[in-house]
Amino acid sequence: MVLIRDLTIQGVQMVLVLLLAPLFTGFVRKVKARLLRRRGPPLAQPYFDLVRLMRKDVVLADSASWLFRVIPYLVFAATWVAASLVPTFRTGLLFSWSADLIAIAALLGSGRFFLALAGLDVGTSFGGIGSSREAMIASLAEPAMIMIVFTLALIAGSTQLSTMSAFMASPAVGLRVSLALALIALIMVAIAENSRIPIDNPATHLELTMVHEAMVLEYSGRHLALIELASWLKLVLYVSLIACLFAPWGIESSGAALPALALGIAAYIAKLAVGGVLMALFETSIAKMRVFRVPEFLGAALMLGLLATLLRFVSGSF
Amino acid sequence: MMLSVALFGVAVLLALAVLALLMVRSPMASRLIYTACMIVTAASLAAALSHLLTARPPEELTLPIGLPWLGAHLRLDALSAFFLVVVDLGAMTASLFAIGYGEHESAPERIVPFFPAFLAGMTLVVLADDAFTFLLSWEFMSLTSWALVISHHRVPENVRAGYIYLLMASFGTLALLLAFGLLAGSDGLYAFAQMRAAHPAAAVAALVLLLTLIGAGSKAGLVPLHAWLPLAHPAAPSHVSALMSGVMTKVAVYGFVRIVFDLAGTPSWWWSIVILTVAGITTVMGVLYALMQHDLKRLLAYHTVENIGIIFIGLGLALAFKSQGMLFAAALALTAALLHVFNHSLFKSLLFFGAGAVLTTTGERDMENLGGLIHRMPQTAFVFLIGCVAISALPPLNGFVSEWLTFQAILLSPQLPPWGLKLLVPAIGALLALSAALAAACFVKAYGITFLGRPRTRSAETASETDWFSRVAMMVLASLCLLAGILPGLFIDALAPISSFLIGKSMPAQIGAQWLSIVPIAESRSSYDGLLVFLFMTVSGTLAAFAIHRLASDRLRRAPAWDCGYPDASVLTQYSATSFAQPIRRVFGTVVFQARETAEMAPPDDTRPARLTVELHDPIWEWIYAPLADTIGAVADRLNHLQFLTIRQFLTLVFCTLVVLLLVLALWS
Repeated sequence: MVLIRDLTIQGVQMVLVLLLAPLFTGFVRKVKARLLRRRGPPLAQPYFDLVRLMRKDVVLADSASWLFRVIPYLVFAATWVAASLVPTFRTGLLFSWSADLIAIAALLGSGRFFLALAGLDVGTSFGGIGSSREAMIASLAEPAMIMIVFTLALIAGSTQLSTMSAFMASPAVGLRVSLALALIALIMVAIAENSRIPIDNPATHLELTMVHEAMVLEYSGRHLALIELASWLKLVLYVSLIACLFAPWGIESSGAALPALALGIAAYIAKLAVGGVLMALFETSIAKMRVFRVPEFLGAALMLGLLATLLRFVSGSF
Repeated sequence: MMLSVALFGVAVLLALAVLALLMVRSPMASRLIYTACMIVTAASLAAALSHLLTARPPEELTLPIGLPWLGAHLRLDALSAFFLVVVDLGAMTASLFAIGYGEHESAPERIVPFFPAFLAGMTLVVLADDAFTFLLSWEFMSLTSWALVISHHRVPENVRAGYIYLLMASFGTLALLLAFGLLAGSDGLYAFAQMRAAHPAAAVAALVLLLTLIGAGSKAGLVPLHAWLPLAHPAAPSHVSALMSGVMTKVAVYGFVRIVFDLAGTPSWWWSIVILTVAGITTVMGVLYALMQHDLKRLLAYHTVENIGIIFIGLGLALAFKSQGMLFAAALALTAALLHVFNHSLFKSLLFFGAGAVLTTTGERDMENLGGLIHRMPQTAFVFLIGCVAISALPPLNGFVSEWLTFQAILLSPQLPPWGLKLLVPAIGALLALSAALAAACFVKAYGITFLGRPRTRSAETASETDWFSRVAMMVLASLCLLAGILPGLFIDALAPISSFLIGKSMPAQIGAQWLSIVPIAESRSSYDGLLVFLFMTVSGTLAAFAIHRLASDRLRRAPAWDCGYPDASVLTQYSATSFAQPIRRVFGTVVFQARETAEMAPPDDTRPARLTVELHDPIWEWIYAPLADTIGAVADRLNHLQFLTIRQFLTLVFCTLVVLLLVLALWS
């Protein structure tokens, strides 16, 4: 009985992130448009885009291999699995012990590894430029992420997201310097990992500075739909991650009473909305940076993460 | 019993080497010898496995050969059984690969006799139980592998590689000789059992550690002693490259573990500072070197340096914990290191086999001349991809598991009391994370430029799938990579006897954990389940594919590439290995390698093409080896005139030397 209940909750989580991901992106776009005094596309536009793309034929480049056709499914699967293990409305998910935070970061790394390969598969210069820049960004963002994980793990005494989130919600955590540093670094990493402004611009298609869009330039139809969905899922994953670690309020811990769960879901959606507004505000007020400024940006994130870890190693009170 | 099987295998291998010498002219020789090697190593593998898995007591044997008052001591305990598994698994798959690969060899008589001898040498090193047998087997292993390195001796590059290898190998053996000399003490107790019983003084133990780090580290490829490795490993035929990179470096790790953990007595905490610093630098330098390469086999060789660094990080942590009495954490770190030893031997052999298959069919090692091989060698491309994912430490394959365990060990280290370690370990963690990310970039490059894209030359365009034996060998290794990735608990449990032997404690048994997950400390603290991650990914990917094909659309048509509307037919407009690495070269290379790019643009009315030149400096070579070689040359020049003395002067010289030596001896005692 408990197993069925937990399975249901895990299933709700998987479906919830999948359903909310396009809505969240639509919401951010809408807010950004309103900030620019445009009306913007309807909130549900990403869903329409998905359906439209899925129903279209795939136009595959002549030089594309079988790997190119498999990669969208791989990337989607890796991102979805990662996203369904981050607590959103309830901690202690049934399968939460199957991958800790290091493994979740590495799962996203797998997705990126395959996407970078897809950029090289057709053999065009745009794909190559995207892959090579993505590899550079990842080479700094991933260690920064691991350093953040170290800091949080040392504070919570666990790399298990459920335990970490529960610890962060408890009064034992208090205000800490290392936590503040980790939060700043995590936001910086999240911006880079999701190809957002100022690292990359998700709305552009004909700009020499694009990274993510250059990699997936040759994709079309259902393949493109999956890749887009995966990138939206990844955005939701990062917002949920920041929410469950740094704003763990309203997350139901172990109970399964329906009102509590509904409250958890409502709190989660509210957190997403706040995160989306903040992101839109940030993105409209800043310009995209040159590609070779990115290492400085991510280097700063890495150093912040390292500093936070070092503080934790030096003393438990930071 | 199992020891006798392994020794019998060694005898057969040596006999095979002699047999190969006798039948060099026969066309069947290479096939026959390789098949025999495969059978013998498979038997030895079974023996070693059964010893390791049934956790038997150590087996010992003394043969009346070698030094008359010593004999040859041999011993099979958990540690040597594990390394014997690594050696024999690598040797078995390499022999299988070579049954097919060896057919393309132009001069098999330069390879076939040395191959079984090399295998015998490596086996004997891990079985040796006294210093004399150990050093003799070690040197035998070095010399036979040297012969294999210079097997294509008409290429000047290979001869240079062989020369440098020989120099470094002798230097390493010299360091080990001194280390054993110190351990044996003035009484000459050369058997390992006697060394284990005699606890050396702290100063002596420290010297032993440094000498072992130099001796075993130079064979394993620790920076800055790695200089020979990226030259020698690629020069050998590919199945030997796989053995040297995947297995021989592990034999060096065995030497280090045996001496430092087993023979040298109680460790001091500062030992781990030395090891961790060297290992951290090795890890990042190795992968940065690898990223700058465009020769596929050299890239793989440099990447071995990185992985050796990861293994030594684990070993350094284990020593740190052991010296502070945190035995449980020490067992975790040691298990992580040993698991990485096993994992690396799997995927590095696999990748070298793949490079060999590419080399056979295209004649190219330079990635800039390859491309698009996935269309013409689909099976090789598939298994090579598995190797790339595994070595990049990505879930759900095996490379991730050992790095994850190393991270878990790092997370236990704030409890270490010494301040030096408190400050060093987070930095090492950052270096490890950095190298993992760079490794993924490196293998996107290696795979993407070699196997994906459009063929850059005619030879890449006309490539064909490699032979059946080679493919089976690669598939065996690829399946093991997957198996060790999704069922890591089985492999961790198999390593338990080793950590109980070396540390006194072992990790908790993993096999009983829920859903076959691994739980190094406690479930609330950290756990990882490769099987479930693999299943989830497979199921959700398949479900998505099925649903979309059924409900939306499954139509597909081919068209020219889009490329933003300006596709260029020339294959040269693709990204190359050098251009792929450009952003990373700019970020890291300008500091580490003093990388400079100079663009030569022809003036407006000139039709000459523009040229981009990339200049890289090897800091280790230019700052350490070149000055060293110059100094030795200068000193040798000065000493040269000692050869042209009169007989009177020679006699005076001999007399003076004798007096000085006697004085030294008198003062010493």
